[in-house]
Amino acid sequence: MAGKDILKGVDLEVKAGEVHAIMGPNGSGKSTLAQVLAGRTDYEVTEGSVLFEGRDLLALAAEERARAGLFLGFQYPVEIPGVNNVYLLKAALNAKRKAAGLPEVDAYDFLALIKQKMKVMQMSESFLTRGVNEGFSGGEKKRNEVLQMLVLEPKLAILDETDSGLDIDALKVVSMGVNSLRDPTRAVVLVTHYQRLLDYIVPDFVHVLSGGRILKSGDRSLALELEKRGYDWVLEDQTP
Amino acid sequence: MSSKIQDVEALVNQKYRHGFVTDIESDSLPPGLDEDVVAAISRKKHEPQFLLDWRLKAFRHWQTMKEPVWAHVHYKPIDYQDIVYYSAPRAPANAPKSLDEVDPKLLATYAKLGIPLHERARLAGVAVDAVFDSVSVATTFKDKLGKAGVIFCSFSDAVRDHPELIERHLGSVVPAGDNFFAALNSAVFSDGSFVYVPPGVRCPMELSTYFRINAAKTGQFERTLIIAAEGASVSYLEGCTAPMRDENQLHAAVVELVALDDARIKYSTVQNWYPGDENGLGGIFNFVTKRGECRGRNSKISWTQVETGSAITWKYPSCVLKGENSVGEFYSVAVANNYQQADTGTKMIHIGRNTRSTIVAKGISAGHAENVYRGLVKILPSAEGARNFTQCDSLLMGPTCAAHTFPYMEVKNPTATVEHEASTSKIGEDQLFYCLQRGISAEDAVNMIVSGFCKVVFKELPMEFAVEAQNLLSVSLEGAVG
Repeated sequence: MAGKDILKGVDLEVKAGEVHAIMGPNGSGKSTLAQVLAGRTDYEVTEGSVLFEGRDLLALAAEERARAGLFLGFQYPVEIPGVNNVYLLKAALNAKRKAAGLPEVDAYDFLALIKQKMKVMQMSESFLTRGVNEGFSGGEKKRNEVLQMLVLEPKLAILDETDSGLDIDALKVVSMGVNSLRDPTRAVVLVTHYQRLLDYIVPDFVHVLSGGRILKSGDRSLALELEKRGYDWVLEDQTP
Repeated sequence: MSSKIQDVEALVNQKYRHGFVTDIESDSLPPGLDEDVVAAISRKKHEPQFLLDWRLKAFRHWQTMKEPVWAHVHYKPIDYQDIVYYSAPRAPANAPKSLDEVDPKLLATYAKLGIPLHERARLAGVAVDAVFDSVSVATTFKDKLGKAGVIFCSFSDAVRDHPELIERHLGSVVPAGDNFFAALNSAVFSDGSFVYVPPGVRCPMELSTYFRINAAKTGQFERTLIIAAEGASVSYLEGCTAPMRDENQLHAAVVELVALDDARIKYSTVQNWYPGDENGLGGIFNFVTKRGECRGRNSKISWTQVETGSAITWKYPSCVLKGENSVGEFYSVAVANNYQQADTGTKMIHIGRNTRSTIVAKGISAGHAENVYRGLVKILPSAEGARNFTQCDSLLMGPTCAAHTFPYMEVKNPTATVEHEASTSKIGEDQLFYCLQRGISAEDAVNMIVSGFCKVVFKELPMEFAVEAQNLLSVSLEGAVG
């Protein structure tokens, strides 16, 4: 099981207010990068460091990273049967508030907040009573991830293929949700296969990740070029 | 992610909180069992001749029986001659007449257990019959119930005050010789609870019994008999705890429920007997026979159990669905950790036409525990149009525990519908990580996941006991909101 190097050199600086897109072929390490940053312990970090607002991110447990403002939008949001969707979200928000020394949000205020955010995400009120991702369609799960993000208002949101499996209408809604969070104090990292998402969420930087390395970085035009020419030319460029 | 697994284990391995001993003088028979002991118990309780005869018959039958070995549990042979079969707190003069006469130490014990015996009972609106070792100590709310015509008293009082009801119904659901432990109970039972709800009466409050084993080397053999007459309904709850002791203690109870035409009985159990320490030393052997008979048309019996305690649990609350259109239900959460062994489930015996049954069993295993669901759905030729739905789910925590499911089905009527669903899952690393990534602590996350897993069962419990059950699984009530 162990012993396979996945990420071999990722040098990336994401500043507040920026949106970065990480693209790359299947198996290039995009999702691994997202999971490692979020604190999944199935992966061992053998080398390197990650600083988050000046703190050593790797020294923090997953829940501490979350409370510090790091959010991962999962590629495959897991179902937790019987656990109410809203209850989980309220617990998450309160965990974060508690860590920040703020009082817990009360039930009424929370309901008002979540209803407002649900409106942005064009979600029906039935989400209030359903279990976490229980019986959700692929698109509903992704909307739910963005809803959670809007409620938790992270400093850094890493969205792992939040666009996959969405039809064009859902893609617009999800993009709108992400864009509503864009401001000078927050940053977003989009992991995606498709240029299409970047029509709606326009990134400041685009990076190509392949074989566990960032091979090329550029601005939005790089994504358009990738769409036209595929990844091969980037890989070839790197061959010494 | 092994550190997370340890978190999970630490959580389910919380210290047993009811493990204190009450220093109280008791009146006990010496250990051992023969006809003299059976007769002595009967004499101590001033029982009528028919009951003594019934006990002796059961005892003689028991002597011809062998301890069953089919359950998926392992334990050293029980020395039945080393058990005290009768132990009563010594009262100044006979039994207390009211709560005021109850030994304050006993009341303090119950307070420690958090039982709503005194004022709290009033607040909660629960009538409690508390059984301490072998005898029933006090029954609250007798008056209010009396006005409604409901009889709720200790089994001994019922034998004295309503012998005709006892004689008619005792053993009518679980015969004296039904099985090894039921026969033993029939011979030596010392007390228990009795409920009679007259025709058309809806019992005005939840009834509750609290069992506690205090004395060392004592077996507890209580007997509960609940009769809901035509159109009557009652909800009954039992809770159980015991002190921590190194030796195993035997608890072999019998519960009989009788539901006549259009009657409803809801029987809920929160069982938290001492489970033994983390190495499997000590703990209660909980070998219990519970059976309800839907004797009348349109009657309904519903069992809900949350089993978190005991070294070994061996019980199958069952329904005999005799009456046409009668309904049997079984909702169960069984938790086994460390070296606990649980072999539990239900039997649904469909006899009448259009009888229906539902079984929802949730098993949670952790540590080195073995958790077995064993169930029988039997549809007799007479049960035209009978239906059963069974769902068994197992949740495993960590790599060293096990879950087994043994569903038996005997269908002798072709018009019957029997459905069975089963699942086994590990407490998902993915689920746990998802919660952690949202900033929720591992402890809260596990609580949430387990609570979600058990939700369908918890919602069957009366509200105030759902709280206790959730607490037992160290889950906050908020987890069930929504």
